[in-house]
Amino acid sequence: MSQPVNPVLIRGVRRYGAGEQVDVLVDDGQIAAIGAELSAPAGAEVIEAAGQVLLPGFVDLHTHLREPGREDTETIATGSAAAALGGYTAVFAMANTDPVADSPVVTEHVWARGQQVGLVDVHPVGAVTVGLAGKQLTEMGLMARGAGRVRMFSDDGKCVHDPLVMRRALEYATGLGVLIAQHAEEPRLTEGAVAHEGPTAARLGLAGWPRAAEESIVARDALLARDAGARVHICHASTAGTVEILKWAKAQGISITAEVTPHHLLLDDSRLEGYDGVNRVNPPLREVSDTLALRAALADGVIDAVATDHAPHAAQEKCCEFSQARPGMLGLQTALSVVAETMVAPGLLDWRGVAKAMSENPAAIAGLPDQGRPLEVGEPANLTVVDPDARWTVRGPELVSKSENTPYEAMTLPATVTATLLRGVITARDGRIVGPAAGAE
Amino acid sequence: MKHLLSAAELSRDDATAILDDADRFGQALLGREVKKLPTLRGRTVITMFYENSTRTRVSFEVAGKWMSADVINVSASGSSVAKGESLRDTALTLRAAGADALIIRHPASGAAAQLAAWTAEPGGAGPAVINAGDGTHEHPTQALLDALTIRQRLGGIEGRRVVIVGDVLHSRVARSNVALLSTLGAEVVLVAPPTLLPVGVRQWPVTVSHDLDAELPAADAVMMLRVQAERMNGGFFPSAREYSIGYGLSADRQAMLGEDAVVLHPGPMLRGMEIAHSVADSPRAAVLQQVTNGVHVRMAVLFHLLVGADQEANI
Repeated sequence: MSQPVNPVLIRGVRRYGAGEQVDVLVDDGQIAAIGAELSAPAGAEVIEAAGQVLLPGFVDLHTHLREPGREDTETIATGSAAAALGGYTAVFAMANTDPVADSPVVTEHVWARGQQVGLVDVHPVGAVTVGLAGKQLTEMGLMARGAGRVRMFSDDGKCVHDPLVMRRALEYATGLGVLIAQHAEEPRLTEGAVAHEGPTAARLGLAGWPRAAEESIVARDALLARDAGARVHICHASTAGTVEILKWAKAQGISITAEVTPHHLLLDDSRLEGYDGVNRVNPPLREVSDTLALRAALADGVIDAVATDHAPHAAQEKCCEFSQARPGMLGLQTALSVVAETMVAPGLLDWRGVAKAMSENPAAIAGLPDQGRPLEVGEPANLTVVDPDARWTVRGPELVSKSENTPYEAMTLPATVTATLLRGVITARDGRIVGPAAGAE
Repeated sequence: MKHLLSAAELSRDDATAILDDADRFGQALLGREVKKLPTLRGRTVITMFYENSTRTRVSFEVAGKWMSADVINVSASGSSVAKGESLRDTALTLRAAGADALIIRHPASGAAAQLAAWTAEPGGAGPAVINAGDGTHEHPTQALLDALTIRQRLGGIEGRRVVIVGDVLHSRVARSNVALLSTLGAEVVLVAPPTLLPVGVRQWPVTVSHDLDAELPAADAVMMLRVQAERMNGGFFPSAREYSIGYGLSADRQAMLGEDAVVLHPGPMLRGMEIAHSVADSPRAAVLQQVTNGVHVRMAVLFHLLVGADQEANI
């Protein structure tokens, strides 16, 4: 892994999209120099990026890379490629694989395979309960101390709904310094639910997933975290009410953080009209009023981070009856563009804010010391170069994920990733995977 | 019209034309010994029933046969569906086998709309799809036959007050009737316990009530919805007894109705709970007229989709 790497000179970027255009020299995995008109050292790769935006590499707290178990829909290799092309330098892979990542054997495989592919750091998320069954805590300590260095635990896909189990998980996690991330869904309120409970689902005859199913768990877990002195992270916040509860909890000084997905920022339940399974997701696409509240909350910092919930599914799992369609959608390659469309274009976030929401905050939440760092000399060169003025049209088959279905099909969105660097090595450039990807079979 | 996927998409003119043709088919068959019209000779109509059904399946089959179509019935249990074939593959198979119309009853909301999308061919070709009930979404031919029955009994629909009683939440019949009756100018009142009304019902073109007794005197038509047995123990209401007392159409309640008011039920009826035995069999109950009208309405729908409204029916 540690063969010498050529220096990289990124020309003409504006850090966080502001200030003067500068050249940034990357060498030996670090930012070596920043200045005007730097000369390229011998052998340096030059990225001409005049006027483009330099950001710290993105960190995704929430992906499903489907390996082990569903390698027909995504693998750590293809998911890593999607991440690199999306501007990510670190991703967290959720535990609901087959077998479940509830033991060091699985979490260490995920970490090791990610390093072998070498396009992005793939951090395994450990399950909170054995088999995601919600009953017995996993050996969190062994997973945290193992080679996978698990620092976040979640039963995502399922809610740790038993309040006593959640209480114990939060308490136990404080002793290890690890984070519990909750998929907030009270299961009794969502039995048979396939769509947001509201006027659209009522008209279409789709069983409803009420907002209260999410909000009641967010409120409960905020109180449990308060009493345990624990940190809790809320996955994929999807409702205006969740925003209000987060606001309240943060005002109380509770250690609660939250993420929002790009699809909940952009899409709403009017998409359900044709019963196309690509629009099925958990939590469901909600109403316009929710998307607006989520955007405002991300702008205000009530919601800390954008996380993709990248969840690939095979064509036959989407091209079927809506109620049979598997919930989840691709996200890694479209996240930046959706954030640009929903947050940057309307002026809710500047690129400095994007760096916080997509890199610095998630790195801090998960405790990744080398990610989300300042764009300064001597800092690790985990970097993303963004062309803010480019526009592109999403075509599922052109995405590198194994699955091709996406709700953004045929949408034209702003902003492209022109280069991603992981520890000074270019992993993606102009929409193509570079370098170590060759090792990804 | 290419498909009939929902009552919500029917214009007032289309719906009225279907009802008019249904009446004409009814008249044409009246007193005939041989109930056979040549209208759909050589057309292949396939029914795909993924749920149990007596009246709807029989009604479509009779409608097709009386119009000389070749009607083939596919059910989930006796077909490749039981071997795990997807709905899409089954639909494409039946299209390839030459279906001119696919009539589908399916437990998933949206199944008919998806079927239409999957079997569509470039240039608008592909079989006509008729929704015979999709999950808790819609059952448009039921609404059409209900509307026809109300029109025959009351002489019109515009301005008439139709009270729909029961499990609106899970009822595709209610959704289709709300859509069609409001398109045709009726005032619709929904009466149900709050647990059996969908979130968002306040945005429907209806008034909502929890008091059946208060709604009966002004009603021109009362439509009782079926309450499925599994709902009774699902916590939607405390007991069948309490439901029956609050929302059942008893003989006493029937007496509160105006003289000409008509009682409808899509069947199958739960006598004693939703509707008293004497009410179900009373002259004001239109239950069997609904069934007869069902055949005529489905003939009219097949005619509109396979021949075209602009063609004069060859009766």
